[in-house]
Amino acid sequence: MTRSFKIVVLAKQVPDTRNVGKNAMKEDGTVNRAALPAIFNPEDMNALEQALRLKERFPGSKVELLTMGPPRAADIIREGLFRGADGGVLLTDRKFAGADTLATSYALSMALRKMNPDLIISGRQAIDGDTAQVGPQVAEKLGYPQITYAEEIGEWKDKMFTVKRRIENGIEIVRTPVPAVITINASAPVCRPRNAKQLMKYKHARTLTEEHDNEHNSYLPIHSLDTLRITEWSVSDVGGDEESYGLSGSPTKVKKIENIVLQAKESKRLTSSGEEIDSLVKELISLHTIG
Amino acid sequence: MNNIIVYIETQEGKIADISLELLTKGRSLAKRLGCRLDALLIGHPVTSLRDELFLYGAEMVHIAEDPRLKIYTTLPYTAITISLFKKEKPQIALFGATSQGRDLAPRVSSALKSGLTADCTSLEIGDHKDTKGNEYKDLLYQIRPAFGGNIIATIINPDHRPQMATVREGVMRKEQLSEPINGKVNIINTNEILSDSDFVVKIIERHIEERKIDIKGAQIIVSGGFGVGSRENFRLLFDLAKTLGAEVGASRAAVDAGFADHARQIGQTGVTVRPKLYIAAGISGQIQHTAGMDQSAMIISINNDPDAPIHQIADYAIVGDLNEVIPKIISSYKNNSK
Repeated sequence: MTRSFKIVVLAKQVPDTRNVGKNAMKEDGTVNRAALPAIFNPEDMNALEQALRLKERFPGSKVELLTMGPPRAADIIREGLFRGADGGVLLTDRKFAGADTLATSYALSMALRKMNPDLIISGRQAIDGDTAQVGPQVAEKLGYPQITYAEEIGEWKDKMFTVKRRIENGIEIVRTPVPAVITINASAPVCRPRNAKQLMKYKHARTLTEEHDNEHNSYLPIHSLDTLRITEWSVSDVGGDEESYGLSGSPTKVKKIENIVLQAKESKRLTSSGEEIDSLVKELISLHTIG
Repeated sequence: MNNIIVYIETQEGKIADISLELLTKGRSLAKRLGCRLDALLIGHPVTSLRDELFLYGAEMVHIAEDPRLKIYTTLPYTAITISLFKKEKPQIALFGATSQGRDLAPRVSSALKSGLTADCTSLEIGDHKDTKGNEYKDLLYQIRPAFGGNIIATIINPDHRPQMATVREGVMRKEQLSEPINGKVNIINTNEILSDSDFVVKIIERHIEERKIDIKGAQIIVSGGFGVGSRENFRLLFDLAKTLGAEVGASRAAVDAGFADHARQIGQTGVTVRPKLYIAAGISGQIQHTAGMDQSAMIISINNDPDAPIHQIADYAIVGDLNEVIPKIISSYKNNSK
């Protein structure tokens, strides 16, 4: 009998910090964080692709997403469903708010105990914090091995997965038993696009909160509840020590935030004409900047 | 006062620069706090490296030497670090923000339930008063960019120890003492700490190259961004770099897209550079990137978007297609240089 796996992808909804355009800048030159679009964290997308590939390779496997955030983070679960995931859980509760990486990993680990996967895959890091801490911390809390900076999840042999890691100066091939936590680099294959069938099937998938907020009050038909209901869990659903969640469970505190202000220089504008480039190069040579 | 411990990373039998940078910084922090500076050295063989650590100011070197620890793997290195921290109760523990430090430190901080700040660019000592009126003396201010580099946050860890931070490579200087410290060595008994379950993950293959790219030391850098379009098109930048005797750099967007290797990444998640000339081609100029190069003596930007932020920090802003501009620079240089 071939093996199948229960896989959970950890994904985060993040503000898109990569392309801070003019619309997201305040008059004083600082970033208006509220104006940034909320997106599926890019490396979590690479992680989802690895999970979906495993699902194809090992028939009978299931891929679920786990995310923590405000009610609107249900978008992350839907996006995963559209691309081929089988389900997902949104951890949402005011008691989770203000969590640093330690309190976040505690919350995720409590939910994961309930989901009980064979393999946990996440992006290496999220672009709003760039810490790369949550994967290893979840692994520690669950007592699982961790494989960070992974690029490819390879063969399954002798009850071990082969995983290729990409680190600063090269690559490392390791073998790990399951359960394990694997974090995926941006250098891994990009995620497949949405699947039209999945999109049709799940476009009405909703959390209970979303349904209650829906102004048209369009409740899901009873017969579709099982497939279209996105599970929401609060602190009381996952249990654990309340003090370990949110702000009270976070040893690190933000003392100060400084906004970076872009300082404009007196620049000389040039076109790509041959004469202008030529005079620039001559000037640099005469300044001994080049040559 | 409790000590400061610096985790020493070794690469192919040599101490990584970042660890020496951390010891240099650790020295000034220890002096300010009036505490001892320790180093934790794990691997095999590593004992001979202790003299270099004394030369950089370590007063105590904790050594865990064991053939099973020849190459870094998460679980045994974590077990040794946790065991030492539980015993020594350091007030501060510092790691490099390398793939190794960023794999190890979070796992250690989770086990100790202490806080950890990633990718710091500056560390200071200062006081804190919280909203309830509690006062804290001599905390470690862990200063780092966040939010894609658009903000700089100062993080503190008032109630938990050790105060842990990973620090980016190249942002702090390394400096030897004129005389090595007459320090002590503590040999860690690895057999008491390690068990078979720490070795469930096996390394079966490694291809590690010595770092050949020297971005930090380059006088001239030709750097490409996402706008370069492809790995093939990066050849153009290499051609220009060869002509000018420059090194090739890249923005994070270009590295993430696979156009250039990670070792070339400049910016907040890469290296910080201050060359005499920086040519930015196809780079939009996100703070993520500019924070790592805006101290360059001269900046030339090449971008066909006249509104690209990179033009604002450039001395010479060329609004044009890099595929046109770069060959023109190359031919002009060849015609005009002697």
